[in-house]
Amino acid sequence: MPGAIYAEGLVKTFGEVRALDGVDLDVPEGTVLGLLGPNGAGKTTAVRVLTTLLRPDSGTAVVAGIDVLKHPNEVRRAIGLSGQFAAVDEYLTGRENLRMVGRLYQMTGKAAKARADELLERFNLADAADRTAKTYSGGMRRRLDLAAALVVRPPVMFMDEPTTGLDPRNRQQLWDVIQELVAGGTTLLLTTQYLEEADHLAHDICVVDQGKVIARGTSDQLKAQTGGERVEVVVHEREHMNGARAVLAGFGKGETTVEQHTRKLTVPVSGGAKLLAEVIRELDSRGIDIDDIALRRPTLDDVFISLTGHAAALNDEEVQK
Amino acid sequence: MTPASPAPQLAAPRPRGGIVQGVNDSLVIAQRNLIRMSRIPEVIIFGVIQPVMFVVLFSYVFGGSISVDGNTSPAAYREFLMAGIFAQTVTFATAGAGAGIADDMHKGLIDRFRSLPMARGAVLTGRTLADLVQTTLTLVVLAVVALLVGWRTHTSAGEVLGGFALLLLLGYAFSWIGALIGLSVRTPEAATSGGLIWLFPLTFISNAFVPSENMPTFLRTIAEWNPFSATVQAARQLFGNFPPGYEAPAAWPMQHPVTASILWSVLIILVFRTLSVRKYRSASA
Repeated sequence: MPGAIYAEGLVKTFGEVRALDGVDLDVPEGTVLGLLGPNGAGKTTAVRVLTTLLRPDSGTAVVAGIDVLKHPNEVRRAIGLSGQFAAVDEYLTGRENLRMVGRLYQMTGKAAKARADELLERFNLADAADRTAKTYSGGMRRRLDLAAALVVRPPVMFMDEPTTGLDPRNRQQLWDVIQELVAGGTTLLLTTQYLEEADHLAHDICVVDQGKVIARGTSDQLKAQTGGERVEVVVHEREHMNGARAVLAGFGKGETTVEQHTRKLTVPVSGGAKLLAEVIRELDSRGIDIDDIALRRPTLDDVFISLTGHAAALNDEEVQK
Repeated sequence: MTPASPAPQLAAPRPRGGIVQGVNDSLVIAQRNLIRMSRIPEVIIFGVIQPVMFVVLFSYVFGGSISVDGNTSPAAYREFLMAGIFAQTVTFATAGAGAGIADDMHKGLIDRFRSLPMARGAVLTGRTLADLVQTTLTLVVLAVVALLVGWRTHTSAGEVLGGFALLLLLGYAFSWIGALIGLSVRTPEAATSGGLIWLFPLTFISNAFVPSENMPTFLRTIAEWNPFSATVQAARQLFGNFPPGYEAPAAWPMQHPVTASILWSVLIILVFRTLSVRKYRSASA
């Protein structure tokens, strides 16, 4: 049986750009799929197709058991969407925003009012309920936006970069809300540029780049795929970076990556703590002072770099240029 | 994290569908826009000040120098002018609707609305209805100012109301042009200027401020077939604001202004509503 969100062979082109280049997705009911990738990877386009906002050039999509292309309005009844921007009317109060959305989901005025009150309470907005959203902080707006997406308790939720631009405290708050939601049985597709976020929230992760899913699996599977552990060294002085690089090359099982500005060198290894000790001795014998050295398990950042050949953040900058 | 409880119980009722839902959704959106307008009163205030300025400037600056069918008295021009100013005022609803919709797109609200099980077109209908309310308010204030500077009607109350109804119908039709502009541009600023510039030739190459008889033949033909002129002419006729001994130009819309005005407005609504709703369905920020 296909999952609560299912897509096969989605293609969408904008002129020369293939925003989606044959994307398949399958999200079992009650689980979270993290769609991970840099800006311009096609994450938002995928969400727009699955939420009926955009028609794909080809492919099929089924959400909550309903064909997205054939019955878009039926799909709209069953989904909640929280987009990249907090899509709330800033001249309306929090309460008015939620009541409006409830009415547009075809709830009666009374039901919409009751549900708005309930959500304002739950999202810690009760005190600000009668202030216009213009006066809200960024975190409050995001919460209001998420509340608007939850008005009908949709079984399937889409969240497009829900925490982009939020400070760590607000991000943690939103994560708590999302986890509570998923514990309640909601199926969630979440896009993010933050590897940590996908690691934290998602059961399964799809890494997307240039319109294609380039890897999928659980966070652990993806990390295992990148191949074991690595040594990270931060040298004390910039002049020693080349020396350190030569040392690491002798121990490494792959290419050494160098971050000039943080004076950090990273190399994939195998051999554990014993090898670490050897690296330290070798560096010491060459008179290379170090600020930090560690043996690390791979993070999703490493997964991304090994899959795409570039860091997520780096690509992000390129796109913004 | 492990998948746990069964899916939450959906709280969305089955859509009622059809006209009832269309009307309900449009009213919800209209209400939303009216609340917005009430919280940005400066927009309404400027919307009123501008035509009031036109009334004062035109009647006192041009009033003495423009001849209406050989009559050069300022009082005669003021009577002639008002229907033109009223009509020009209602067309400014175009810019309001355009800017509002472009702003909604820009802020991601159109995406939110499009992801809801709403009636197609309700977002646009709601906006144009709210603009109609605002235009009505503006027109009431303007009519009072017009009365203060000496404008009078010389017909029955029914005909006067009919004149205002035609003006509002024109304004409503033009707000659909604004909706299409708002959906087609990238920023609210572009919608405001894009919604205004074409209104100047449209409202000036018309019978609104000077009689079309004095124009060169080419412009005169445009002026007399201009949809805007038809409504101005109709309002003048229904207000009894033609100067004594006035003879309407021979062009069909000038001879049958009420019919022409209704036909033009309905045609504009049909065409631009269709185009706008189609555009809305594929809109993206």
